[in-house]
Amino acid sequence: MNHKHACGLHCLQIENLSVAIDGRPILRDIALHAHCGELTVVIGRNGAGKSTLMKALVGELPYSGTITFSGHGGEPTPHKPRCGYVPQSLSIDRSSPTSVKDMLLCYTSWLPVFLPRRKKTLEALKAHLAVFGADNLLNKRVGELSGGELQRVLLSLATWNKPDMVLLDEPVSGVDNEGLLSFYELMDSLRAQDMLTVLISHDLTFVREYADRVVLLENGTVAASGRPDEVFATQAFASAFPVQARKEAQA
Amino acid sequence: MEWLSFWDYAFMRQAFAAVLLIMPLFSILGTMVVNNGMSFFSDALGHSALTGVGLGVLLGMSEYSLPMIAFAVVFALCMNRVRQSRAAGTDTVIGVFSACGVALGLVLLSRGGSFRNYQSLLIGDILNITASQLWVLAAALAVTAVLWVVCFNRFLAVSISPTLAKTHGIAVKLFDNLFVVMVAVIVMIAIRLVGLLIINAMLVLPAAAARNVARSMRSYHVLSLIFGVFAGVLGLVLSFYNAVATGPMIVLCAAAVFFGTLLLSKQQ
Repeated sequence: MNHKHACGLHCLQIENLSVAIDGRPILRDIALHAHCGELTVVIGRNGAGKSTLMKALVGELPYSGTITFSGHGGEPTPHKPRCGYVPQSLSIDRSSPTSVKDMLLCYTSWLPVFLPRRKKTLEALKAHLAVFGADNLLNKRVGELSGGELQRVLLSLATWNKPDMVLLDEPVSGVDNEGLLSFYELMDSLRAQDMLTVLISHDLTFVREYADRVVLLENGTVAASGRPDEVFATQAFASAFPVQARKEAQA
Repeated sequence: MEWLSFWDYAFMRQAFAAVLLIMPLFSILGTMVVNNGMSFFSDALGHSALTGVGLGVLLGMSEYSLPMIAFAVVFALCMNRVRQSRAAGTDTVIGVFSACGVALGLVLLSRGGSFRNYQSLLIGDILNITASQLWVLAAALAVTAVLWVVCFNRFLAVSISPTLAKTHGIAVKLFDNLFVVMVAVIVMIAIRLVGLLIINAMLVLPAAAARNVARSMRSYHVLSLIFGVFAGVLGLVLSFYNAVATGPMIVLCAAAVFFGTLLLSKQQ
């Protein structure tokens, strides 16, 4: 899918990335290229290494190999790329008094969230939430948000400081079909903002429709990568997702 | 006025000042202890005071605040390492730490049948607080307030999602460890006044009561402070007129506030 806003020069290049936990290899020689204005989706069965890859990308796990980010000029950026991240879940229970405003401010400001804020700051927060249709959620408690509302808030937070790339770790677990549709429409809006987006997902139907590139992980290595139609036609995909592969064949 | 007669006694005026220092301290720290689900953790930490005192005695020290604080800090960092691993069975491991803290302390302090000399550690004695202890509490409150203003957003960010915090450039382990060290030091400073049997209740109850009704971090802090100070003052006055131990009475008042707010939250 090509987009007229994409400059195509922002690029995330992963070469020979390997991760071992307690001496046990989890990922081996992963290669992945992702470009701005594109949605790259990592798929794979449970235990294939998707979440480990995400943890290595956000710096939570040590890895060998190289992760390079190129800026607008196509040259590797001298600074560490700014990375917006949407986690799979939060450690917040329903009774937590943390409001959406508290959550956004605690990640983006030093001034403690329990002190009053100027009207201007709150208006800026609201305006940013409005980009993802979440401006009405500012004073709601995070524990009261529906799955779809939480995604919108987390996407607002992930894009707050105009990151170089946005990484999303299966953020749609437990969301109904309507919610999934709305989520992938949000992904489209990220693409329209020329954002480099890497998503881990299980929802193959939506991946087929919305992804620009798909990377299939199997046993800690890249089993296939390319456009969705290319990857979905491979033998590796058929053995990882036989039901979806049958649907593909019938279609 | 009859009900103000407690003010005629110097020891009650000093205890009143102690309550006005200890309860805000606990109310502030308690917000994050409850938020992080660390009630069991801080309970185990309180129990480690016995071992700290035991080590002080073993080393022949007459003043054992220092070994108590030093041991609690090491103990807290070790338990936090287990908690950070987020491995299954964290509760069990903290339970084992707690049991070891108590058992080792009891073994050290009961050598030669001398444990009764240390029984005041169990329920504390806020009525005998000295002027120097009041100054230590005031300093602890001032340092905690400054650290809270500077670090609270980081504590909250780590509590919501450590990975998300890391992607925002926050030193997750540093702030996580800083918080448990703060709790360890404050608990040890207050333990001789409050007693290890109930110190955790004082730490947790004001914040837990506030959590029942708060809708934001701002109201959470304000309510926790109000509930903590209210329970502290009421418990102190009630204990004076009924000639019962002060610490447990404060805990009962805080528990009453907790159940009151719980009922209120159910009705909403």
